[in-house]
Amino acid sequence: MNIDDKLATLKYNKDKDSHLTIDNDVCIHCKNRYCTYICPANVYEWNDIKKTMTIRYENCLECGACKIACEKKNITWNYPNAEYGVKFKNG
Amino acid sequence: MENNKIDVIIIGAGPAGVSAAITLARAGKEVLLTDRADFAGEKNIFGGTIYAKQTAEIFPNFWETAPLERSITEQKIFLLTDYNSTQFGYKYASKGAYKAFTVNRSKWDRWCVEQAIKEGAYFAPKTLVKELLIENGKISGIITEQEKYYSNMVIIADGVNSLLAKQIGLRNEIKDKDVSLSVKEVIKLPKERLEDRFNIENEEGCACKILGGPLKNIMALGFMYTNKETVSIGFSASLDELKKNNISPYELLEDLKEHPTIVQYIKDGKLIEYSAHLIPEGGYNSIPKLYDNRVLIAGDAAMLVNNIHFEGTNLAMLSGKIAAETAIEAINLGDYSASVLSRYYKKLKDTIVLKDLETHKNTIDKIRKNINTITSLYPELACEFFDLLTSADGIPKQEKYRKFLNKFIKSKGISASIPLAVFAMEKCLKK
Ligand SMILES: Cc1cc2nc3c(=O)[nH]c(=O)nc-3n(C[C@H](O)[C@H](O)[C@H](O)COP(=O)(O)OP(=O)(O)OC[C@H]3O[C@@H](n4cnc5c(N)ncnc54)[C@H](O)[C@@H]3O)c2cc1C
Ligand code: SF4
Ligand code: SF4
Repeated sequence: MNIDDKLATLKYNKDKDSHLTIDNDVCIHCKNRYCTYICPANVYEWNDIKKTMTIRYENCLECGACKIACEKKNITWNYPNAEYGVKFKNG
Repeated sequence: MENNKIDVIIIGAGPAGVSAAITLARAGKEVLLTDRADFAGEKNIFGGTIYAKQTAEIFPNFWETAPLERSITEQKIFLLTDYNSTQFGYKYASKGAYKAFTVNRSKWDRWCVEQAIKEGAYFAPKTLVKELLIENGKISGIITEQEKYYSNMVIIADGVNSLLAKQIGLRNEIKDKDVSLSVKEVIKLPKERLEDRFNIENEEGCACKILGGPLKNIMALGFMYTNKETVSIGFSASLDELKKNNISPYELLEDLKEHPTIVQYIKDGKLIEYSAHLIPEGGYNSIPKLYDNRVLIAGDAAMLVNNIHFEGTNLAMLSGKIAAETAIEAINLGDYSASVLSRYYKKLKDTIVLKDLETHKNTIDKIRKNINTITSLYPELACEFFDLLTSADGIPKQEKYRKFLNKFIKSKGISASIPLAVFAMEKCLKK
């Protein structure tokens, strides 16, 4: 089963603004890009041609792993505003 | 303007926060419990089981009315090799004396908060605390998206990421080796099939820990818990090891689910929820300063998890309760200074919270050093042992025994294979 099928089991309320922000210039020089595989929701995707990071913040599980894993401390990480983000029913 | 000032504001309505709130409310103090979720528990996930004895200290006879899944009557350990497994189980009769229950956090946390409200606590859901309010250099309450709330002191119980403890400098960012990332799936099965597979009936439940197999050679532990009509399956793994080994957590979870032993428990089930969460793993050495002027920290925010024994909710509840008892003393004295609040730390030292964490101060490092032995060699030896006992394959027994013993002895020396439990107990007794 792929990650999209897993995420499809969840209810989200998507905010218009991202609760996760990065400085793309820092990512250009990042060697390991841990965020792109450590994230359990596959939120971060690096486009090697355009040299840009896409952040699908609307899929975030709010775990906090990316902010700790990023070796350049490049992720400004907040919780989504109240009423937004993921909602678990069976935690 | 301090027109909405109350005694204590608590941030986070997980087990730590709610235990603090109900303790303060019972003592007749004014307490506001806040949570960013629409209702308590909506943002929370765990394995997992709550522990009966310590839960009952906060919620007496909770099993009569609380939403519980199953009462654990069997604990199992699975040692996996790539294709095979050896399993140990400990089964006990549940009659009368409950040990642990599986719960669904979105129901359980909500019920707990309802009890706190009944006892007189105020609860503000949908309230994201953005910052602690600092006025004239003093912690004076909280700032939410909408407004400021004033209080004489705050209890921070906002969980493992604790942005608020960081704001006031009581915590630094967690090191990646001091935290593990968990992913979990909740899989629905017909009740009868679930009970057959786990060999349980009625409200009985089974808690399983999984070592090795797809999780071998990394600091990772798998789990399965039975709920009423679902199985929770997942693993947690140290974040630094996931990084180092380029592991995507959801792919590793797929591998675990497909292991020939594990798949038999969950096959034909329907995935109804996927989730992820961090667990503080740093233990005793990572505990921050737990008090300052007008503030205390409890639960995961204070890194109070005993991962050797899978205890988190109980330590959260106990630390929340003791934080509240200290707050009550401060209110009665009218003195919220660090010197009064330091009693919290002293009290915790007399409980299992700090005693057990201190006992296991070095255990994780020890496990880390021996991780290949524990997650790869032990499962192999265990499976080979059973294979040796049971396979009538025409090879002379003497030859087989010799081969097995050689492997056992060569395996990095016997010292590495002293079970860690014995190591820990020994250490503890020597003190
Ligand atoms: C996969 C997994 C399995 C586990 N298994 C077990 C087990 O079997 N047994 C066990 O005892 N423990 C287990 N644990 C550990 C246990 O879940 C935690 O130790 C426990 O939940 C900690 O309680 P807490 O109240 O400190 O924090 P939490 O339960 O994390 O609660 C924190 C609360 O604070 C709220 N919050 C956070 N920030 C803000 C803010 N800024 N403003 C307002 N609200 C905020 C959150 O919404 C949340 O409700 C497990 C954990 C995981 C991840
Ligand atoms: S790990 Fe940090 S710096 Fe590197 S790519 Fe990801 S966000 Fe950018
Ligand atoms: S918080 Fe967790 S789920 Fe959200 S982006 Fe970071 S790693 Fe991914």
